Amino acid sequence: MLKLKLQISAVALALGLSCGVQAGEPIRIGLPGPFTGGSSPMGISMRDGIRLATQEINAAGGVLGSQIQLIERDDEAKNERGAQVAQELINKEKVVAALGIANTGVALASQRFYQEAKIPMITAVATGTAVTKQFLPPQHPDSYIFRVAANDSIQAALIVEEAIERRKYKKVAILADSTNYGQLGREDLENALQKRGITPVAVEKFNVKDVDMTPQLLKAKSAGAEAVLTYAIGPELAQIANGMAKLGWKVPMIGSWTLSMSNFIDNAGPNGEGARMPQAFIQEPTTAKRKAFIEAYQKTYKVERIPSPASAAQGYDAMYLLAAAIKQAGTTDGPKVREALESLKEVIVGVIQNYDKPYSKLVHEAVHDTKPLVIGEVRGGHVVYAYESDKTKNGK
Amino acid sequence: MDMLLQIVFSGIALGMIYAVIAFGYQLTFATSGTINFGQGEALAVGALIGLTVVNHIGSYWLMLPIALLAGAIYGVGVERLGVRPALKIKSEGWIMATIALGIIMKNLAENIWGRDDLKFPSPVSEAPLHFLGANVLPMELIVIGGALALMLAVELFNRKSIYGKAIVATAADRDAAGLMGINTGQVITFSYALSCATAAFAGVLIAPLTLTGASMGSVLGLKAFAVAIIGGLSSGLGIIVGGLILGLSETFTGFYLSTGYKDVPGLVLLLLVLVIKPAGLFGKTAIKKV
Repeated sequence: MLKLKLQISAVALALGLSCGVQAGEPIRIGLPGPFTGGSSPMGISMRDGIRLATQEINAAGGVLGSQIQLIERDDEAKNERGAQVAQELINKEKVVAALGIANTGVALASQRFYQEAKIPMITAVATGTAVTKQFLPPQHPDSYIFRVAANDSIQAALIVEEAIERRKYKKVAILADSTNYGQLGREDLENALQKRGITPVAVEKFNVKDVDMTPQLLKAKSAGAEAVLTYAIGPELAQIANGMAKLGWKVPMIGSWTLSMSNFIDNAGPNGEGARMPQAFIQEPTTAKRKAFIEAYQKTYKVERIPSPASAAQGYDAMYLLAAAIKQAGTTDGPKVREALESLKEVIVGVIQNYDKPYSKLVHEAVHDTKPLVIGEVRGGHVVYAYESDKTKNGK
Repeated sequence: MDMLLQIVFSGIALGMIYAVIAFGYQLTFATSGTINFGQGEALAVGALIGLTVVNHIGSYWLMLPIALLAGAIYGVGVERLGVRPALKIKSEGWIMATIALGIIMKNLAENIWGRDDLKFPSPVSEAPLHFLGANVLPMELIVIGGALALMLAVELFNRKSIYGKAIVATAADRDAAGLMGINTGQVITFSYALSCATAAFAGVLIAPLTLTGASMGSVLGLKAFAVAIIGGLSSGLGIIVGGLILGLSETFTGFYLSTGYKDVPGLVLLLLVLVIKPAGLFGKTAIKKV
């Protein structure tokens, strides 16, 4: 009910704004994402971050004298639904660009439609390493797929660095779900471990909605794992944490950034304490931009804890990058906006980092290495900095 | 800790979850030869109603009768809307009708409770018990005990009470029972009420172990159906054994072979049973008169 009210008020707000300052036709931007189901903390936070940026941009007069209009569609984190939604946004809603997508599988299944239609798509949350590689030159003349999130190979490197280098574990087990996200992430983890000459003592798999993780955990335990590295989403990660508590086996959980999702933290409760993950953004006002963003988010959506802070920040930054590109291109024409994204002149002060020429023709990742990332830890139901020293490193 | 024992315990707990859901399939199949294919959704709706009630009155144990009642009402609805019209014209339309009702209920539940997985407060301590060198959650013991108690209660009801005898008579021969003055229509409605009440009960039993959500029943309902087929749709003992076979094969395969293949042996067994003994391991072969 509350959600519905929020939606209505947001729509009303958007309508009110677009009626207020009317210069040209509104710029229609697609926003596909998982607004329901296990991935929804990412999807909803991302959407709300994008809405927040859109409101700010529209209030400041919009782009090219036009207001930005978001066309939101729920892809339910399902690959086939993502493909449908992409076609609907392109063919029926005639969007000029798109932002969003939180699931690697959905990205891989749906982004070819944006590519074929020559419509720039900025992936705000999905992290699979393959996502931005799909259409890069030289195999394709131009790629229309960009990303602001840190991809899995970067995250995997950081997870492995945390487990092996900082905390000196020699024996680690990998637990990953059977989705594209989990299995591609598992590959990245295995590669990152291999670079340090380490073979995981157990590599286990489970399905989304599995109710019993005992066999997987027992295998990891009997192999003598000192830490469990995870690649999955919130509800199943919670099952892992709860399953460990049941077996009375407590080793650290270190995994992809999904360990910061509210549905992991809430469902695992005390069992999830101490879980660590790479984070692009932690909900702490370490810079002026971050302080403003957190306060605006909390005020607009009346929440204290952002369900998935990094998703919200990435969505917010993605909208500003796109708006800057459209402004630079002077048009909403797809190929021109892509060129502008690949040669952005303006330095964008973002929540996650400052974007100084983030993209080029061959690099479609805004996060190139582990530098903008920090390690977060679940403590008292919140994600906080695991290392005090990271607070200054972050968001330079 | 004893690994083998731990795997056995987990397998038994999982198997009993499957068995208690499969029991619901059996109840309606016995009286009417039909099955509610929306059993998984009945389970989810039961668990969600249970969650709402628990949050209101604060007691898990007082919630149980309310969840059972809600399940029973749900079952009557399924029978009236989906099964009775099809039975009247002797069509197989109930298959699609029960699936459709399940989907409708799932969508309804998603709109009322949202699509997120919610945590169900555990009525007992969530700290594991140590038992013969392995760990068991108190709630797992309650699931096993609750499932057995429910099946026993229904069995006793069928054997001892006059209403139960009407059910048994209808199951044995619907036409003859009708001629003897038993209102078989009512018996079938009752069996659906009982079946969905069982599902709701299963839902609130397992919800503290899993998470609660509108889609929690889809995988479980399917697995339980496999159990019902393996064990036989007409044997109470069969579904317990079937549940244990599937639960244990999942945990054992997961541990000794690969977690990627954990669902395979149970489903291979399902195929084998269908080929070799279609009535199920413990089922009585039905002779269909043409």
